Amino acid sequence: MESLLAILIGMMYAAGIYSILRRSIVKLVIGLVLLSQATNLLIFTSGGLTRATAPIVPPGESIPPVVHADPLPQALILTAIVISFAVLAFMLVLVHRAYQTVGTDDLDKMKGRNS
Amino acid sequence: MKMLLVLPVLIPFFTAILLLFTLRWRYTQYFISTLGSVSLLVSSIQLLLYVRHEGIQVIQIGNWVAPFGISLVGDLLSVIMVLLTAIVGLAVNIYSIMAIDLKRQAYGYFPLFNLLLMGVCGAFMTGDIFNLYVWFEVMLMSSFVLMILGGERAQMEGAVNYVTINLIASALFLTGLGILYGQTGTLNMADLAYKLRVDNQGELIASSAMLFLIAFGIKAAVFPLFFWLPASYHTPPAAVSALFAGLLTKVGVYALLRSFTLFFVHDAEFMHMLILIIAALTMITGVLGAASQFEFRRILSFHIISQIGYMIMGLGIFTPLAIAGSVFYIIHHIIVKTNLFLVSGIVHRLKGSYDLKKLGGVYKSHPFLSLLFVIPAFSLAGIPPLSGFWAKFILIKAGLDMQNYWIVVVALIVSILTLYSMTKIWNEVFWKKAPDSKNTIPVPRKRALAIYICPVCVLALLTVIIGLAVEPVFVLAQQTAEQLLNPTQYIIAVLGASQ
Repeated sequence: MESLLAILIGMMYAAGIYSILRRSIVKLVIGLVLLSQATNLLIFTSGGLTRATAPIVPPGESIPPVVHADPLPQALILTAIVISFAVLAFMLVLVHRAYQTVGTDDLDKMKGRNS
Repeated sequence: MKMLLVLPVLIPFFTAILLLFTLRWRYTQYFISTLGSVSLLVSSIQLLLYVRHEGIQVIQIGNWVAPFGISLVGDLLSVIMVLLTAIVGLAVNIYSIMAIDLKRQAYGYFPLFNLLLMGVCGAFMTGDIFNLYVWFEVMLMSSFVLMILGGERAQMEGAVNYVTINLIASALFLTGLGILYGQTGTLNMADLAYKLRVDNQGELIASSAMLFLIAFGIKAAVFPLFFWLPASYHTPPAAVSALFAGLLTKVGVYALLRSFTLFFVHDAEFMHMLILIIAALTMITGVLGAASQFEFRRILSFHIISQIGYMIMGLGIFTPLAIAGSVFYIIHHIIVKTNLFLVSGIVHRLKGSYDLKKLGGVYKSHPFLSLLFVIPAFSLAGIPPLSGFWAKFILIKAGLDMQNYWIVVVALIVSILTLYSMTKIWNEVFWKKAPDSKNTIPVPRKRALAIYICPVCVLALLTVIIGLAVEPVFVLAQQTAEQLLNPTQYIIAVLGASQ
């Protein structure tokens, strides 16, 4: 399962970077989304995939069962998803405004005025 | 007294909330924002004195014991950075009152400004690596909005660059963090430091270290990763550029200093050599880039890059003196760089341009302002007795002690080229005769100009003071370096002596 996920993550990184390198500003956004999702999956996988019980301390004991799933990667991913959601919303508005102001969706043409 | 550790985050946070409620009243905004900046400054001075006197201070948020909860840690490096943030924050805050147009102010300039300060302070104070990521995002989000506030064409183009590269850096940082967590099972920096020192590290730690180096390197704008900076920093208003120039890249440098002294300490020889080479290339490309530019703020932007090289150089040499040099350089650089950008804003206000070819004659019309440019400019180039001279002197001394002659040569040449760039600005903007064009810019009133000049004066004065009274600052930098190179103190302070 791990190796399957690893291949998937690798493909998502590759697709994300490929999209970022495209000239279209919309594909840039799609690339960033892929990249952040790939990162989330990577955190999930590197935390260890186990068929274990939930990390809940049974009544009357003070520690959770010996084999339990690590809850922290999921908490991290949740935080990262929320952040990337906000950033994506911002990015979409920015791209829209940039398109309105500059009048093109071609990143190469956007560089023209900068240098 | 432990509350002091939380204040650098809480003060800007509450200020921002109050400011959001009072968006309609201009003068109330000025008052609240300035009050917030002043109290941030006061509390950070107290924090520095407290930490210097009592040693490293830790607060566990929500009373979760160290490796499980999030710790806020105030060691000397953190509190020095917070103090510098507060100084720059206050200066830019006062400057912004006149320099930011009313439309931008009405759309929430001051709340965003305070949220940015909160993000920066949070990044400096946190002792948890994932929390660092979160603070980075808080800081980035406010900087994104500050960058596009106003919506001019150049701002949009710059912002697309800036946002994209920063999001990629965040993704890389998060990737490195995920791998690190998978290998060690902890996110607390002190715990990481302990575990990575005790255990034999897994192979993946090296890839994690590289991802961190690249992610922080993008944020700090080091050699192959700096192209976003000169493409975006000159687009927003001068006050915003000054804030970004002073603080944002230095957060990247801070993160590099922190991670490569605290927990990525294995394979040190290779790492330090790599960092030294990056430092040399950063210095050279930055200063050469500046030499070819003819836009006031773009020259200054390229100089940020070359100066980052000096700070990284100290980390690469990795002796107590070199790390002290890096810390001293950061102290000097933040003040000076902010000041130069503020001066460029005043020149723009007076003459209506940032283009060196269209400018001129400022010395004749405003001699005092010219003096205020000369102080930070000469300090940047390293003319004694200003602060930049001592910063460079310490680093070069450290390089000579370690017999790294090539990096010393590079540092000295770059220093001369910096002087060349600064004299270029001086000649073109201040000394040469004003080109014959009708100056249609309305002359600002005396009182308005005073608000512009006041923060610049104070920062210039600070530069001179650091230059003349170098010893206390140097001793502070040395103590910081000692703390950074002996992480046992840090680990014990966070985890307790039991480990």
